[in-house]
Amino acid sequence: MSITAEIVFLVPELALLILACLILVCDAFSTDPGKLLTYRLAQFSLVAVLLLVVYLYPDDAVSVFHQHFISDPLSAVLKVTICAVSIIVFSYSYDYFEERDTLQGEYFVLGLFAVLGMLIMASAYSMLTVYLGLELMSLSLYAMVAMHKGSGTASEAAIKYFVLGALASGILLYGISILYGASGTLVLPELAAHVSARTETDVLLVFGLVFVVVGIAFKLGAVPFHMWIPDVYEGSPTAVTLFLATAPKVAAFAMAVRLLVDGMEPLHIDWQGMLIILSVLSMAAGNIIAISQTNIKRMLAYSTIAHAGFLILGILPGMRLDVGYGYAGALFYVIVYAIMSLGAFGVVILLGRKDHESDRLEDFKGLAERSPWFAFIMLLLMFSLAGVPPFAGFWAKWFVIKEVVAIGHIWLAASAVIFSVIGAYYYLRIVKLMYFDQPEHMTEIKASRQMRMALSLNGLALLILGFIPGKLMDICTSVLGF
Amino acid sequence: MGQTLPILSLLIWAPILGGLFILYIGDRQKQAVKLFSLAVSVLVFLSSTLLYLRFDTSTYLMQFVEHAVWIETFGINYHLGVDGISVPLILLTTFTTVLVIIAGWEVIETRLSQYMASFLILEGLMNGVFASLDAILFYFFWEAMLIPMFLIIGVWGGPRRVYATIKFFLYTFLGSVFMLVALLYLYSKMGSFYILDLHMLPLSLTAQKWLFIAFLLAFAVKVPMWPVHTWLPDAHVEAPTGGSVVLAAILLKMGGYGFLRFSLPIAPDASAALAGFMIVLSLIAIVYIGFVALVQQDMKKLIAYSSVSHMGFVTLGFFVVFFIMGPARSIPAGSIDSVVMGLEGGMMQMISHGFISAALFLCVGVMYDRIHSREIADYGGVANTMPVFASFLMLFAMANAGLPGTSGFVGEFLVILSSFQANIWIAVLAATTLILGAAYTLWMYKRVIFGEVANERVAGLEDISLREASFLSLLAIAVLLLGIWPAPLFEIMDATINHLVEHISQPKTG
Repeated sequence: MSITAEIVFLVPELALLILACLILVCDAFSTDPGKLLTYRLAQFSLVAVLLLVVYLYPDDAVSVFHQHFISDPLSAVLKVTICAVSIIVFSYSYDYFEERDTLQGEYFVLGLFAVLGMLIMASAYSMLTVYLGLELMSLSLYAMVAMHKGSGTASEAAIKYFVLGALASGILLYGISILYGASGTLVLPELAAHVSARTETDVLLVFGLVFVVVGIAFKLGAVPFHMWIPDVYEGSPTAVTLFLATAPKVAAFAMAVRLLVDGMEPLHIDWQGMLIILSVLSMAAGNIIAISQTNIKRMLAYSTIAHAGFLILGILPGMRLDVGYGYAGALFYVIVYAIMSLGAFGVVILLGRKDHESDRLEDFKGLAERSPWFAFIMLLLMFSLAGVPPFAGFWAKWFVIKEVVAIGHIWLAASAVIFSVIGAYYYLRIVKLMYFDQPEHMTEIKASRQMRMALSLNGLALLILGFIPGKLMDICTSVLGF
Repeated sequence: MGQTLPILSLLIWAPILGGLFILYIGDRQKQAVKLFSLAVSVLVFLSSTLLYLRFDTSTYLMQFVEHAVWIETFGINYHLGVDGISVPLILLTTFTTVLVIIAGWEVIETRLSQYMASFLILEGLMNGVFASLDAILFYFFWEAMLIPMFLIIGVWGGPRRVYATIKFFLYTFLGSVFMLVALLYLYSKMGSFYILDLHMLPLSLTAQKWLFIAFLLAFAVKVPMWPVHTWLPDAHVEAPTGGSVVLAAILLKMGGYGFLRFSLPIAPDASAALAGFMIVLSLIAIVYIGFVALVQQDMKKLIAYSSVSHMGFVTLGFFVVFFIMGPARSIPAGSIDSVVMGLEGGMMQMISHGFISAALFLCVGVMYDRIHSREIADYGGVANTMPVFASFLMLFAMANAGLPGTSGFVGEFLVILSSFQANIWIAVLAATTLILGAAYTLWMYKRVIFGEVANERVAGLEDISLREASFLSLLAIAVLLLGIWPAPLFEIMDATINHLVEHISQPKTG
C-alpha cells in the first residue's frame, strides 16, 4: 500500500491532532474569560472525530505502516467509546469549572491530547505504538491533575501520579525491551508468531511478560499496583477525577488486549495465572477497603479498583472462542463501567458548589428530599455499580462471569460473585444516606440545564441498557468476529 | 388456547407501569394516588383470576405461553408461561397486593406515592418471577425485586430499619449470586436458558450436588430455612405492615417455588441424596424455631418465627417424598399418592401460610396503628374494647395453630400424613408443631386479647373501621374457603405435580 492509501486509516487521529493544535492557538488569543469558545471547539473536535471513526468503520482488520498501526472493529468500537465518554466528561467539567471560576483553556487542550493518546493506544499494533500512545495520554493526564495550582492536595496528587506513573511506564518499557530482545521484533503479530514457533519454554519471554503485565496492572489500577488511585482521585479536582476514571480505563483495556491477546496469546497459560491473582486481589481489596471510606471520591476510587479486578477477569478468556466469546465480556464491561463511572462522578459534581465540594458521604444525606430526581439517578447508578438487575451493571457482570464459567474457572466465578456481594454494601450505604436519612440542609442544587439533562440521560441509559443490552452485546461480540 | 390477550405480560407490566405513573403524579394529589393504586391492583387481581378460569387442569404443559426473543446472541428469551405450581402463587400475589394497598390507605403519611408505587412495582416483579420460563429472565425479576423491598423496609420501617433492610438485602443477594453461577454453568453445558430444557440435561451426581447446593443457598435464604433464617425476624419486625405482609405472604414462597422449579427437577439425584440433610434442617425449623417463637415478647417477631416454623413444613413436604421413594427411587405400588401428597401438601402449606401470615401481620398492624407498640406486655383485654377485631384474630390464630376447617390444617395434615409413609419419627417430630403452634399462637392470643383491660391505652381503643374489616374479612373468607373446600387448588396443581413426581423418580445421571 502506498503511504497515501495508508494514511486514510489515520484520518481520525490526524484530524484530532490538527484540531487540538488549532484550539491551543485559538485559546491563547481568546479574551473570553468564560472560555466558551475553547469549550465549544473542543466538543466540536471530539464530535467530528467520533463521526470520522464511525464513517471509517472497518469491516475487517487492516494493519498499516509496517504493521505498527491497525484499523479493526475493536479499535473502532474503543475509539467511539473513548470519544463519546470524553464528550460527556467535557460537558460535566465545563459546569464544574464555571461554577468555581477556575476554567482554563488548557484543560480542554490537554484533554484532547490525552484522547489522542488513547486513540493511538486503541489502534496500536506494535509495542512501540502502544508505548507512544500511553505516554501521550499519561503526560497529558499528569498535567491535568496538577492544573489546580493553588491546591496542596492537587499538587500532592500530581506528584504521586507522576512519580508512580513514570515508574510504571519504565517497567513496561523494560518488559518491552526484553520481549524485543528475545523475539527481535516490536510488531505484535510477529511477536505472537515468534512465541508460538518456539519449541520449548523461553524463560526470557516469560520474564518480559511479567513486566508488561505489571505495567498494564498499574494503568488499570489493579492490586497491588493500585496505591496511586485513591490519593489521585481524592486530590484531583472532581472534573479531572471524572476524566481519569473513565476514558483512560477504556484505553488501558485496549492496551491490555493488544499486548496480551494480540501479542502474547501463545503465552496464554502464563499470563492467565498472573491475571487471576491480580483480579482476585483487586476485587477483595477494592471492595473491602471501600467500606471504610468516608469520602465519596475515595470510595469510588476503591470501587474502581474492584471493577478493575472484574475487568481483568473478563480479559482472562482471551481468544477462547471455541467455548464462548473470549474477551467480549470485558469489552462490554469496560463500556458499561465507563458510563456508570461518568454518572457517579457526575452526581458528585452536580452536588458540589464553589464553597463546598460535597465529596463527603454525609453530603448525600437526605438527597431524596432535596432532589428526588437526582436521588433516583444516583440510586440507579449505585444499584448498577453493585450489579443488580434491571440495570446495565448486572449484564456487565453477567457477561464476564459467563465467559469465566465457559472456560471452566467456576471457583473464580464464585469468588467474583462473593466479592460483588461485599461490594454491594457500600453502594447500598449511599442509597441509605439518600433515602433513609434526613437532610442536613435543604440547599438547592444549582446546575446548568445542560448538566441536568446530560446526567439524567446518563443515568437512564443504564436502565435502558439494562432492558435492551442485546445490541451492545452484539457489537462487542462482533469485534471478535461473531 | 386461541387466546390472544397476553395475560402474563399484563400481570407483570401493568402494575410496574402503574407504579411509574404514580411516581410521576407524586404526593401532590394523595387521594388520586390512593384510588389509582387501588384501581390498578384490583384490575390486576381480576385479570389474574382469568388465569384460574381459563386454566386447563388436564395438562402439565405450560399455558398462556408468551415468547419473544430478548438477547438473541445468547438465546435469552422473554419467555413466559404458567403451570399448576405458578398459578396459585400468582393469584396469591395479586390478592395480597390489593390487601396491602388497602392496609396502607390511611396509615402511611410520608411519601405516600412512593409507597404505593413500590408495592405495585414489587407486584409486577413478583409475578415475573412466577411466570418466567427463561432462567435469566427469572433471575432478572428475582433480583430486581430486592430493590423495592429494600426501600420499603428502609424508608417506612421501624427504628432499626437500616440494619434490618441492609441485612435483608445482603443475605438474599449473597444467596442469589450463587444461583447465577449455577445457571451459567448449566448454560455452558446445555447452551440454553429455557428452564424446561435444563430439566432434561443429564448431569453427573457430583455436578448435581454442587448445583443443588448453589440453588439451595438462594432458596434456603428466601424460605428461610434454619440456620439462614436470621434476617427474617429483623426484617419483619422493622418493616411497615405492608412490607411484612408481602415478605411473609409472597417473598418466602419464592424459595419454595424455586425448589419445585429448579432444584428438584434439575438435580433430582442430588435432591434424593441430600434429602436426609434437608429433612433434618426442616425438622429443626419446625421444632426448634417453634420453641423460639414461644418465648417472643414482640408480636411481629413471634409471627416471624412462626413463619419460619411453618415454612419448615413446606421443605419437609418437598423432600420427604424422596424417603418414600427410597434409594432406588422406584415408586412402590400404592404410594404414588403419598408422594404426590407430600409435594401438594407443601404447596398447600405455602398458599395457606400466605393468607394466614398476611392476616396475622395485618392484625398486628391494626393494633400497632392505635397504640404504637408491638410488645405483648403492652396489651391485655383487647377483647373488651375491640370485640370484632378479637373475633377476627381468633380465627387467624386458630388457623395458624392448624385447626381443622381452616386452611392451616390441610397442608400440615397432608405433609404429616406423607411423612408417616417415610418414617414414623419424622412424622412424630413434625406433628409436635400442632402442639407448639397452638401453644405460642394461643398463648399470645390469650395475653393480648383476654383478661382485664391492661392499661388506659387499651381502654381507649376503638374497634376496627370498615376499611380494616374489609381486608380482614377477605382474608377470613380465603382461609375458611381453602380449609373447607381445598379441592379447586389441588385440581390446578394435580397434573403438574404428578408430572414432577414422574420426572424426579427417574435418575438423570448418565
